[in-house]
Amino acid sequence: MFDVPEIDYLAILPLIIVFAGGLIGCLLEGFLHRSRRPNAQLWLSIVTLVAALVAVVWVARDNQGITAAGAVTIDGPTLLIQGLVLMLSIIGLLAMSERLGGTNPDAFTQAGVSVPGSVEEADAVRLGGTTTEVYPLTLLSVGGMMLFPASNDLLLMFIALEVLSLPLYVLSGLARRRRLLSQEASLKYFLLGAFSSAFFLFGAVLLYGYAGSMRLDVIAEAIGTQTVMDGLLVPGILLLAVGLLFKVGAVPFHSWVPDVYQGAPTTVTGFMAACTKVAAFGAMLRLLYVGVEAARLDWQPVLAAVAAVTMVVGAVLTIVQTDVKRILAYSSIAHAGFVLTGLIAMQQVGASSTMFYLMAYGFMTIPAFALVALVRSAGSEATHISQWAGLGQRAPWMAAAFSFLLLAFAGIPLTSGFTGKFAVFAAAIANDYAWLAVIGVLASAVTAYIYFKLIVTLYFGDRKNDTVVVTPSALTTFAVVSGVLITLGLGIAPAPLLDLAANAAHFLR
Amino acid sequence: MNLTAYIYLATLLFAIGALVVLLRRNTIIVFMGVELMLNACNLALITFARMHGSLDGQVYVLFVMVVAAAEVVVGLAIIMSIYRARRSASVDDANLLKL
Repeated sequence: MFDVPEIDYLAILPLIIVFAGGLIGCLLEGFLHRSRRPNAQLWLSIVTLVAALVAVVWVARDNQGITAAGAVTIDGPTLLIQGLVLMLSIIGLLAMSERLGGTNPDAFTQAGVSVPGSVEEADAVRLGGTTTEVYPLTLLSVGGMMLFPASNDLLLMFIALEVLSLPLYVLSGLARRRRLLSQEASLKYFLLGAFSSAFFLFGAVLLYGYAGSMRLDVIAEAIGTQTVMDGLLVPGILLLAVGLLFKVGAVPFHSWVPDVYQGAPTTVTGFMAACTKVAAFGAMLRLLYVGVEAARLDWQPVLAAVAAVTMVVGAVLTIVQTDVKRILAYSSIAHAGFVLTGLIAMQQVGASSTMFYLMAYGFMTIPAFALVALVRSAGSEATHISQWAGLGQRAPWMAAAFSFLLLAFAGIPLTSGFTGKFAVFAAAIANDYAWLAVIGVLASAVTAYIYFKLIVTLYFGDRKNDTVVVTPSALTTFAVVSGVLITLGLGIAPAPLLDLAANAAHFLR
Repeated sequence: MNLTAYIYLATLLFAIGALVVLLRRNTIIVFMGVELMLNACNLALITFARMHGSLDGQVYVLFVMVVAAAEVVVGLAIIMSIYRARRSASVDDANLLKL
């Protein structure tokens, strides 16, 4: 017979709040008049996310433990990742809500079902169709992202993976301008995402066959003692890794990243670049550190190779890009490699440096994409480098903020990028992966070249273009300013957050 | 009959599904390949459940079926919207985003 599992509702309160907020958002879409939806949805989403953040800090932190029949672990790393996802999604959502003087979020189409350029689309615009379905979609995706690093059971991890991905597939297809590109990005993301999650599931099935359970603690116990079907162990781990490496965009599973990042609405790109990476690395930490740590001699070399290739390919391909969104996309691939360098170092320092790097990366990525969304030419976004030439004179604040974020991407001292890179490389060196740290430093030097080139173009480029920087509302301004300040703060005084990450890096097993 | 045979069958089905995804051009067929991979996982789950003498694997199958159904909903919606815009369901025609 089945025992009724005990669920510690206080520990999973943040998850409940976010999923409830998403479902209420769906109801509002159905029942509220369209003129009131944009404000209602915005407030509902922000209140939900802030309430969940409060619940993480004041409720869930005092109720840590393994709950729901061993399926959910609420421990230090989980809470840190959940809090980080929530903070990033708050500023991501603010950037997504940018209306630029209109009544609806500007980046999204008013009729996602219509054919681009059709009569239906024009009618939807004329009749004032809303774009507010993005709020519930985002909340549900955030719910999946919070569940992902908390799952102590491979089945739950698979479900969380799908819950976080499915809304993102839809979100990336909803751009208002260049809709064909956006739909294409959505299709590519969906087909490759479904393909990779099938690999993840098959890996989970193989580990189930090996250990007789999908629970990470049972799998961890089985490693070394279970010898009957031990041929399933390593293939299972590697297939799981394929699914997770796809989500973070590591080479050789990166081919979707540039296309999807370019085609998706820019602010959605920022949201998914930051939050998906945080959640997926959180899940990877739990799987590798709690579940299959004992078999690490089998998977560590593979992941080290993946990290090296990711850094090199990401850095080299960044150089040849001519589109700002694609530059940021390839740089996100390179950053995935840097995070992996910290992650495979193992020990407490591996987990804490990984989490610190994710903090640093998330808070520079969302503002960067929010700024890209403001640069316009003839009404639609201008993302080619040549269109950015000379923006420094016309939009000094925007150019200054973007240049600062680029310096952070490059890892210049006094930015969070430097502290983050220092943390992961130090962790790698301390655990016999010095060669990886060397590759990492070289790769950062290579990427720094394109960032500096972009800054030079911004300030000293030929100004003969019609590119303008639209004036953002308080929403984007808040998102950008808070991101820049955190990036600066983590660079100048990283000690409190490094301590926080180090204190949080204890997994409940 | 030896239960291991079912594991080999599931692996074979999974491989066929993966090849369909990689080789076929029609998005609907590609999507069917993904579904075949998920169902190969289901077959393996049931077989492992029998081998271990536990019900867990059978319960997992129910979850996987629900997730697969949700994926079909989102996937077909995306494929439909692209098809209506371009009158084509070939992955080769979706080539506006290039290096």
